[in-house]
Amino acid sequence: MAEPAAEKTLLDIITEADTDRNVKGPELTGEINVPRVEEGRIVKGVLSGAKPYAAKPDMMTALGFPDTLVDNWEEAAVKRLGELLEKYKSLQVYLDICVRCGSCTDKCQFFLGSGDPNNMPVARAELLRRVYKKYFTTEGKLFGKLAGAHRLDLKLLGDWYAYFHQCSQCRRCSVFCPYGIDTAEISMAAREVMNAIGLGQKYTDMTIGKLLEIGNNLGMNPKALVNTLESIEEDIEEEDGVPVKLPLDVEGADILLVTPSADFFASPHVESLIGYAKVFHQAGANWTLSSAASEAGNFGMFIGNYTLMQKAATRIHNAIEQIRPKRLVVGECGHAWRIAYSFWNTLIGPFDSLDPKYPAPQHICEYTYDLIKRGAIKLNKEANDEFTVTFHDSCNVARASRMGNRPGGQFTIPRELIKASCNKYVEMDPETTKEKTFCCGGGGGLLTDEIMETRVAGAMPRMQALHAVMKSDGVNFMALICAICKAQFTAVLPRYGVPMDVAGGVHQLVGRAIELGAKE
Amino acid sequence: MSGLTLVFGLFFYLSLAIFLVGFLAKTWKYAFTPAPLRIPQTPAPVSAAGVPVRMFQEVVFFKSLFRGNKLLWIGGYLFHLGLLFVLVEHLRFIIAPASSVLNTLVTYDLYSGFVLLAALTFLLILRVAIDRHLYISLASDYALLLLLLAIASSGLLSRFWDGGHIRMNLPQIKAFIGGLVTFNNIGSVPTNKLFLIHFSLVMLLLIYFPFSKLMHSGGLFFSPTRNQVDNPREKRWVTPWVKTRPTATLPSLEQQAPAAAAAPVQETAEVEG
Ligand code: HEM
Ligand code: SF4
Ligand code: SF4
Ligand code: SF4
Repeated sequence: MAEPAAEKTLLDIITEADTDRNVKGPELTGEINVPRVEEGRIVKGVLSGAKPYAAKPDMMTALGFPDTLVDNWEEAAVKRLGELLEKYKSLQVYLDICVRCGSCTDKCQFFLGSGDPNNMPVARAELLRRVYKKYFTTEGKLFGKLAGAHRLDLKLLGDWYAYFHQCSQCRRCSVFCPYGIDTAEISMAAREVMNAIGLGQKYTDMTIGKLLEIGNNLGMNPKALVNTLESIEEDIEEEDGVPVKLPLDVEGADILLVTPSADFFASPHVESLIGYAKVFHQAGANWTLSSAASEAGNFGMFIGNYTLMQKAATRIHNAIEQIRPKRLVVGECGHAWRIAYSFWNTLIGPFDSLDPKYPAPQHICEYTYDLIKRGAIKLNKEANDEFTVTFHDSCNVARASRMGNRPGGQFTIPRELIKASCNKYVEMDPETTKEKTFCCGGGGGLLTDEIMETRVAGAMPRMQALHAVMKSDGVNFMALICAICKAQFTAVLPRYGVPMDVAGGVHQLVGRAIELGAKE
Repeated sequence: MSGLTLVFGLFFYLSLAIFLVGFLAKTWKYAFTPAPLRIPQTPAPVSAAGVPVRMFQEVVFFKSLFRGNKLLWIGGYLFHLGLLFVLVEHLRFIIAPASSVLNTLVTYDLYSGFVLLAALTFLLILRVAIDRHLYISLASDYALLLLLLAIASSGLLSRFWDGGHIRMNLPQIKAFIGGLVTFNNIGSVPTNKLFLIHFSLVMLLLIYFPFSKLMHSGGLFFSPTRNQVDNPREKRWVTPWVKTRPTATLPSLEQQAPAAAAAPVQETAEVEG
């Protein structure tokens, strides 16, 4: 049974955050060193206090969760875990078969950046596995602690809350695990269990709430959207003298573009939106955005909640019914592309009303790449001569989705787009790219300021690799295809002493290079 | 049949039953727990034919482990290889007369035994010598390695102890084990202590197997990140436990327009992905 402490203090203990928001990254050397773990002790201990704010009662109830930690939370958590075990093969298999070989221990950016041993993927997973063993396995019931079983007490719940919010669900650990154990699946389950007992994370739960209620993560209503799109159109016309349009809610348009809402407001995101618009314009496409589906992102995945993820995705299904497009294209966003590519067909498919000639959904990079290959758009590489460009593979794109027809198209297609848009392109250390890419440190619901320490720590490996090519090749532009990556790097680069405009979008480069105007 | 033979005979059948039933029950569970969504770790095969190839590389070469940690790969690979050879060589206690391939293999059985022993020792050393591995290791992890070490050493010792006395007793061992396996003509159990220890430890391993991390040998084949095809756009996957999709539709655009116009404009500064 749960300790009979007063609920308020209980929650306070679990969710107290005391991290340094002005935290700076370590000095960049270009090398990623594996920190030493001293036995049985949290070496730095700093990150055990790095807990994001808990969701407020109204945010919890809006998603159908208990408004605060329920009285019988231990019992309720075990019950929910039991239900998940019957529904998720991944969870069931992965909780059973880890041999604690250690192959994953030095693979997580949050461990590398923080040195906190609980950020080793297997140690993170073990936090949940302890409870699994205690209540669901014969081994744990017989041998208890010797087999790593532990009841879910207050201390452990606090560790869950801290460390399952220091995992960006990037799946890097899974690449190096002999059984493909995906700690992302485990942290999703842990977050679902915590939400089910009334302990949610504010940033993620609030964002899901806004998406469900208003239609996008920013909580931007259709009128604001209209105004924004108009002002972007004006900016483009002023700059390039070409009336490039960003149409909204055009019934019967051929192409429906669904993009992360940050593209409408944030910098450098909006530069990529301009890039897409120019590509559509130059291809002569009849395209539209939708106010109902003004968000490609879907944080339902981050908390492992199938129902909420499906509910949020249903908006896109509805937008398709409204607009009746032939094609469905998705803008630059890592986790959104994972959900679109891997889950949409299951969640809101089949896409029978779309033209079967095209993949549904299609990534904007696939779309543009196809135009370039066919010579339907022309790019002037000189337009980007001020940049020496490198590319950060977004983890969700790299390890949880694909572009094109062949395995690994998610690596080649964005690179081809970049190389077609600029003259100087440099790869980062191959140990940090493609399927071995590091996460930016802000994915999976961590993009919130109160855990800036976690975010800065998680960015370390990528920052070192970036620093290496900045020094050796004069790289001054890191191209991204993820809204979260863009926001995270914009915030974190300066903390490592790197100018924030080094971070930009792939379609930002395309947009600058594209030749607008009449085609021969 | 002596009392001792009866005891060890029953011990054998009990252990084997626990192992078989447990292993099958667990594997059954892995096979039939639903997988709601497509989660292959990409790049992944884009057709079903590619999955066995990927699995083969993992099972036969430990490909991902090789990428992850070379030292561990050497230790783990030699251990499993040694184990495989030793297991095959043990068939001589069951199959009579031994086939010629088996006979050739058996000539080298000392080597497999020593490789097994060395690899296990190496794995144990890695666990304590590398700070990260030490941190994650549980008592049960050490216990399992020690149990395997004890099995391997008691087996090897029997070749040298007492001038290879046990080896000379081979026909008796064969009569006992072979009889147990074929339910036929069970010979009396050899009374050599070392043999009885070796035999009992193996029975313990069989009993522990289905309740432990040793289930990786069955579970690995059901790992969704490794056994799924990367074709979610081409082939719709249906979540087994979801019966219907929410079908609420939005108002048409005309209906929506006045409401949208009436809504207050909201300025948002926060940046979210
Ligand atoms: C399908 C067959 C099997 C495959 C593909 C497989 C694969 C692996 C891999 C890749 C590892 C991690 C590397 C390591 O720590 O050594 C491992 C660990 C281990 N395996 Fe297996 N295995 C199989 C069957 C077995 C069986 C039948 C046993 C029975 C004794 C076994 C015992 C172990 C042990 C004890 C470890 C942990 C070693 C340690 O503590 O470091 N495996 N296995
Ligand atoms: S690599 Fe896989 S099996 Fe090894 S410790 Fe990590 S999660 Fe466990
Ligand atoms: S999924 Fe990524 S962030 Fe989470 S434990 Fe694995 S490597 Fe770390
Ligand atoms: S933000 Fe980018 S790098 Fe980080 S989790 Fe998402 S896709 Fe991965």
